[in-house]
Amino acid sequence: MTNPEVASINAQYEYGWSNPERYAVKAPKGLSREVVEMISKAKDEPQWMLDFRLKALDIFLSKPLPTWGADLSGLNFDEIYYYIKPEGYNARSWDDVPEDVKQTFERLGIPEAERAALAGVGAQYESEMVYHNLKEEWEKLGVVFLSIEDGLKQYPDLFREHFATVIPPEDNKFAAINSAVWSGGSFVYVPKGVKVDIPLQTYFRINAESSGQFERTLIIVDEGAQAHYIEGCTAPTYASDSFHSGVIEIVVKEGARFRYSTIQNWSHNVYNLVTQRAAVYKNGVMEWVDGNLGSKVTMKYPACYLLEEGARGEVLSIAMAGRGQHQDAGAKIVHFAPNTSGSIVSKSISKDSGRSSYRGLVKIYEGARGSKTNVECDALLLDEEARTDTYPYIEIEEKDASVGHEATVSKINDEQILYLQSRGLSEDEAAGLIVRGFIEPIAKELPLEYAVELNRLIELEMEGSVG
Amino acid sequence: MTEQPHQLEIRNLHAAVGDQPILKGVNLVVPRGELHAIMGPNGNGKSTLAKVIVGDPEYTVTEGEVLVDGVSILEMEPDERARLGVFLAFQYPVEIPGVTIANFLRLAMQARKPEGEEVSFSEFYGKLTNALKTLEWDESIVERYLNEGFSGGEKKRNEILQMLMLEPNYIIMDETDSGLDVDALKVVAKGVNSLRGPNLGGLIITHYQRLLNYIVPDKVHIIVNGRVVQSGGPELAQKLDTEGYDWVKQLAAAGD
Repeated sequence: MTNPEVASINAQYEYGWSNPERYAVKAPKGLSREVVEMISKAKDEPQWMLDFRLKALDIFLSKPLPTWGADLSGLNFDEIYYYIKPEGYNARSWDDVPEDVKQTFERLGIPEAERAALAGVGAQYESEMVYHNLKEEWEKLGVVFLSIEDGLKQYPDLFREHFATVIPPEDNKFAAINSAVWSGGSFVYVPKGVKVDIPLQTYFRINAESSGQFERTLIIVDEGAQAHYIEGCTAPTYASDSFHSGVIEIVVKEGARFRYSTIQNWSHNVYNLVTQRAAVYKNGVMEWVDGNLGSKVTMKYPACYLLEEGARGEVLSIAMAGRGQHQDAGAKIVHFAPNTSGSIVSKSISKDSGRSSYRGLVKIYEGARGSKTNVECDALLLDEEARTDTYPYIEIEEKDASVGHEATVSKINDEQILYLQSRGLSEDEAAGLIVRGFIEPIAKELPLEYAVELNRLIELEMEGSVG
Repeated sequence: MTEQPHQLEIRNLHAAVGDQPILKGVNLVVPRGELHAIMGPNGNGKSTLAKVIVGDPEYTVTEGEVLVDGVSILEMEPDERARLGVFLAFQYPVEIPGVTIANFLRLAMQARKPEGEEVSFSEFYGKLTNALKTLEWDESIVERYLNEGFSGGEKKRNEILQMLMLEPNYIIMDETDSGLDVDALKVVAKGVNSLRGPNLGGLIITHYQRLLNYIVPDKVHIIVNGRVVQSGGPELAQKLDTEGYDWVKQLAAAGD
């Protein structure tokens, strides 16, 4: 049976196919102490992790849903499968990944990208990493790129020292649920002074209907080290909603530099509620590049906590909201130490009844002398139905500090369309080019293949949207 | 079937903005190989003529025809007109942030290719090198975003760059000389003159005679109150320069 609503979404979304469900473990629907214990047992975890999970479950249950941000009333926590373990697990060769899962990632172009341009690749299918591999040259330099479960097993001390220190379960309701039922995600360690000059990538795929994906990623970039990590995500389109709630914790030590890029292209039935935060130490630099194109609802505010002098945090954010989508995206820059600096550039595009909101916090604590952050948010509306909002929160406790904020809202202007049409481009091509130009400051920060992919996804969303 | 004439023909053209009629019956024939100057006082319909030919949706055609090589274009989208070889050098070119000139030029050239045929690198780069040389412009300019932060003179020069790259059959230059100093004017004229030949026709719309010292027109037409009131050779432009527009306004009033 084909659901007409699903069919209409799939007409626009090219990743909406699904495989038949065949799983090693599928926890019963809904969230309970038993489900949490089942996950922990399936992973053969130490007692401290089970205790951590159960405590997080209590925190989740005690916290109300946020009353701000996007409408979450359609999210039913009892209707979700919290843990689905696919057959086959954490292979180091694609040959060892089950055929239909491997086919999925082939269709998404992952093995090809790995051969061409990546230092390492991870692939998560439902709740578990089905593939994880780091090229030998980086392994030799001591770089660690593992599934989070293997990170816990193989580097128990390093893991425990940092885990949940950047984002504790008390932080927010979704950090708490992730802490209770987390599964999958990456564990990355880049040793002192090692510069990984091509990206590491992890790709997340939800396949089953009504499922939740709760990956947990912990990245430690040691003193003077450098790396770039990219994540991508897609899911099939179903009539019932899926739920993705990741927690990404990053530690950027003295003089280190790290960039985390996301191209989120979930199908339009996924609630995407993610907590991402970096703790940045002396003279370290953290950059978030955050592209939100898919999902039904996204609430996501990549954060930089600038903990020591000279630390810098940058967030580049792109959101595109089409019919039925709400992208509530933004950033947080928190200055704890003197002479720290930040920059937020947010660009959103809204069309049809889509809504994009910029929500950002800049906080400068007393004593963070000489600190400054600049915020620039630009919204582009493609038609009369589209909506955009800006919610800037600025809290400054230090006199010797500065925050700049500039916001613009524009519409595609008829004169621009005429100009481009008068050179031979069709109206659709003209509008697409203007939108591409609008996001160019962010697209140019991505590796070429990803910039091309971002532009392609936006073009796909743009088809037939003007006129 | 008879061979269609290679000309731009404007037949009894009436056009309005909202309820306000601006063109009130313009007749002109410009064969390929000729450039005609359109002169006249400001606010009498010169720029409206340019906008109507290119297909600006702000203007409504209430009567008349515009034919390009015998084909009526008034029902066509602006991009279809462009692909027939019509090119407007805008009076106020708009800024398109984030789109490099190079990328834009390549897309505009591609739009003229038949399905399945790509603009080759050598074709693009060869043309670009020549055009930049003619316009005395450094190659780095094409990495800048389209008109963003350009001076008035740079915007006009960029219009001519696009003209040279796209090789139109009919050019419409809408007050390209406004705001240009003499040096910039010479460069713009050099660009246009390099395209002149038996295949190029067009209209040079200007308020002043100045530009016409460098791009010498084959004919001059004066538009007053939405109509062509006088046509002649280049000497007509000289006369306007020395005597001003008062006499043509009287001419127009007498014709009403």
